[in-house]
Amino acid sequence: MASASVVNRREFLKTGAAGGAALVIGFHWSPSALADQAKEQEAKTPSPFDAWVRITPDNRVTLVLGKSEMGQGVYTSLPMILAEELCVDWKQVQVEQAPTNPKVYDLGTGGSGSVAGSWLPLRQAGAAAREMLIAAAAKKWEVGRDTCKAKDGFVVHGHPERTFRYGQLVADAAKLEIPDLHKVPLKNSDDFTIVGREVHRLDTADKSRGKAKFGIDSRIPGMLYAVIARCPVFEGKVGSFDATGAKAVPGVRAVFEIKTSGRGASTTGGVAVLADNSWAAIEGRKALDVKWDEGAAVQESSEELRKQFLDNAAQAAKNVLRTEGDADAVLASASKRVEAIYELPFAAHVCMEPMNCTVQIGPDSAEAWVPSQGPQWAQAVIAEAAKLPPEKVTVHTTLMGGGFGRRYQADFVMEAAQVAKISGKPVMVLWTREDDLQHDFYRPASYHKLQGALDQEGKLAAYKHFQTSTSIAAKWSEKGPDDPGLGEFGTGATVPYATPNLRIEYTLAHSSAPRAWWRSVEHSSSGYVMESFIDELAHASGQDPLAFRLKLIGDSRKIPQFGEGRQEYHPLDTARLKGVLQLAAQKSGWGRPIPKGQGQGIAGFYSFFSYAAAVAEVSASTSDFKVNRIVCAVDCGRAVNPNGVRAQVESAAIYALTATVKDAITVDRGRVVQANFHNYGMIRMKEAPSIEVHIVQSTEAPTGIGEPTVPVIAPAICNALYAATGKRLRRLPIRKEDLA
Amino acid sequence: MAIAFTLNGKSQSVDVSPDMPLLWVLRDTLNMTGTKFGCGMALCGACTVHINGEATRSCITPISSVAGKKVTTIEGLSADGSHPVQQAWMEEDVPQCGYCQSGQIMSAAALLAKKPNPTDADIDDAMTGNICRCGTYQRIRKAIHRAASMAGKAHSAA
Repeated sequence: MASASVVNRREFLKTGAAGGAALVIGFHWSPSALADQAKEQEAKTPSPFDAWVRITPDNRVTLVLGKSEMGQGVYTSLPMILAEELCVDWKQVQVEQAPTNPKVYDLGTGGSGSVAGSWLPLRQAGAAAREMLIAAAAKKWEVGRDTCKAKDGFVVHGHPERTFRYGQLVADAAKLEIPDLHKVPLKNSDDFTIVGREVHRLDTADKSRGKAKFGIDSRIPGMLYAVIARCPVFEGKVGSFDATGAKAVPGVRAVFEIKTSGRGASTTGGVAVLADNSWAAIEGRKALDVKWDEGAAVQESSEELRKQFLDNAAQAAKNVLRTEGDADAVLASASKRVEAIYELPFAAHVCMEPMNCTVQIGPDSAEAWVPSQGPQWAQAVIAEAAKLPPEKVTVHTTLMGGGFGRRYQADFVMEAAQVAKISGKPVMVLWTREDDLQHDFYRPASYHKLQGALDQEGKLAAYKHFQTSTSIAAKWSEKGPDDPGLGEFGTGATVPYATPNLRIEYTLAHSSAPRAWWRSVEHSSSGYVMESFIDELAHASGQDPLAFRLKLIGDSRKIPQFGEGRQEYHPLDTARLKGVLQLAAQKSGWGRPIPKGQGQGIAGFYSFFSYAAAVAEVSASTSDFKVNRIVCAVDCGRAVNPNGVRAQVESAAIYALTATVKDAITVDRGRVVQANFHNYGMIRMKEAPSIEVHIVQSTEAPTGIGEPTVPVIAPAICNALYAATGKRLRRLPIRKEDLA
Repeated sequence: MAIAFTLNGKSQSVDVSPDMPLLWVLRDTLNMTGTKFGCGMALCGACTVHINGEATRSCITPISSVAGKKVTTIEGLSADGSHPVQQAWMEEDVPQCGYCQSGQIMSAAALLAKKPNPTDADIDDAMTGNICRCGTYQRIRKAIHRAASMAGKAHSAA
């Protein structure tokens, strides 16, 4: 066994359901596609393995990997990659959540990075296993290994063909030395039979029969259900409380306070109500009488934040992220100058499965069932609350009813661990929809001032983007709340449109509203702003918006990504950006005669190392509008499962459409106003447009697909509304009144 | 006081507070977790079950109101996932995270029981109460049409 560094875990890994010998190959998952994470991983290398492929005598292939399934389809796409090199039916490959281990690099699941980061290591591990199985068969037959080959879960040799099933070979193969994973021969992509095929998800049958188990479905003997009353004001605390009413509710077992926790889990603390069932806990909470110590944030509101934005915009920017040439001078003397202000609100994640976590803490160990994108973080948080070493905490990562970045957080995990620790019982902490909307970590609100100058030839003589926002970094930075964390604005500063004079500026605005990663993170605002403004410039210069973009993008070239540590990774390839714009245009019938009252709008954007473009088609009057059709084109490198890629693009389009046309998260007296779906609406069947997805055929390595479509939807729709009505919509979400 | 009703074809009796919503009786008392909690206000449809054949939001349905009635949940829609709606869901590869899909399927099954060949407008009306945050609406619409055609074929064959 070459995986000698996982001594304690070897037994776990060796014994599959069948028990006995197994071929196990440990390897490192590589986030090499993700620049920031690659550095972190290097710092932990050499570390124990964080992923394994295990083949047991019953021919089962198990991929043990710390990747969570939240709907994005990794439990289908990752087996396909492994199966391709291993030469087995991909349906034979089961994914098993790797046990959390504080000593290994934290894989987590996010950043649209699962397939991108798995592509090479899964191929290498699959190929190594294949080569070992072939070698074991050749030895048994006493023939040259070059005369044997792998095929559909067998090693075959000669005419007439003789065969060994993989399961028959694992005991012998396990005795062989594992080849160097970086030198093992990989399949020629021309020979791929699985990767690139349209396949259905593996979990659809369970999800169509109510059998799929989400975190909220965890049931432990003797468990209680808890809800927590949290101060509605950001960073507020419990002053005092009277539990008499709550305790009188039948089924309520205990009521106690839990304290706020530090920056790591970022919980607000509150009063926990534990009961025999969820409903009794919810009713008990209604009957609680809590006096809140609301704190300073009670002064905060959306109006106050907007005033900060306006003040910041009126002053010189605090940070210049990037400057080339002299944009200010060119803008000052330009004959044709365009200026526009864009605004985006806080946005909530809204996973359909509300936050929840089930924890059982014993004297020497703890066990938890967590729907988490970051199980290792969850493990650390539970260990802290339980006062146990992390390795004594077993985390079962469950299926997730949506993630979208929300489930990277461990606030709900900390709460469950605190409640389990204090009560001494197995407990599920359950959030209601109101909890979910009012205690989220929101996509930052932002305000943008864009200025552009056009020369006589209609080219972009200068481009200036000032942004002020409540950055995510300022919420989490170890440097404190004044750290603007400028790396967050990378794509806004990675401008694919050629201009000799460029200036990107930023000033931090302050808010106590929790912020974190929301599907596509900062790209959701960068894409809206850049692609709306380019459209404005196109119209100002009397050029077709697609032709104008293609002209400014210009010759094929690679533009380094702006941002610390990002330059050497995946520069923006202008040819690929043009490719998706042209594909979306072609498939949508861009430029065809459009009836009065309708319009087409286009947008393209680069994020998560992938290229996305959309053409939206709308109908609009001065009092109403409807999005009829969205045609998307994506280039995410090689599409491992085109059906899965299409599903992700359809999903991202609807997610972004909700943020474009539905409600904003607003703040009044330091608290979030929106409480449930009646005032934070979601796109529903009636409003769902037809969505077409076109995938660029590519031989490049796979890159992200869960998020990259999000940034292009809002600008495509707003650009279409402009084409239809002549009204430029510069504030999200757009409202019918804005068309008047 | 015990409340008796029929659950997925079998007699069921529960001794719980009469105003406890059916959703929580199913999930926490009976450990039937296929029916999901999404909003608690009948706004999202994740908790949809059939009561005497009608698509009903179980999160606002007091258990007392169910006494003597027939309740069908996702677990009881078919013994083996063979209901045309479930089959169509698999063939169109509808679910992503899957959390809302029990409710979507129950709403779709109730629609088809009433209107075997629904129009797009019928689908809009019947399904607009069910939110899918993964945005699988397009596939849901296709799957409902497919289920209608499958059921139609099965009917004409029989």
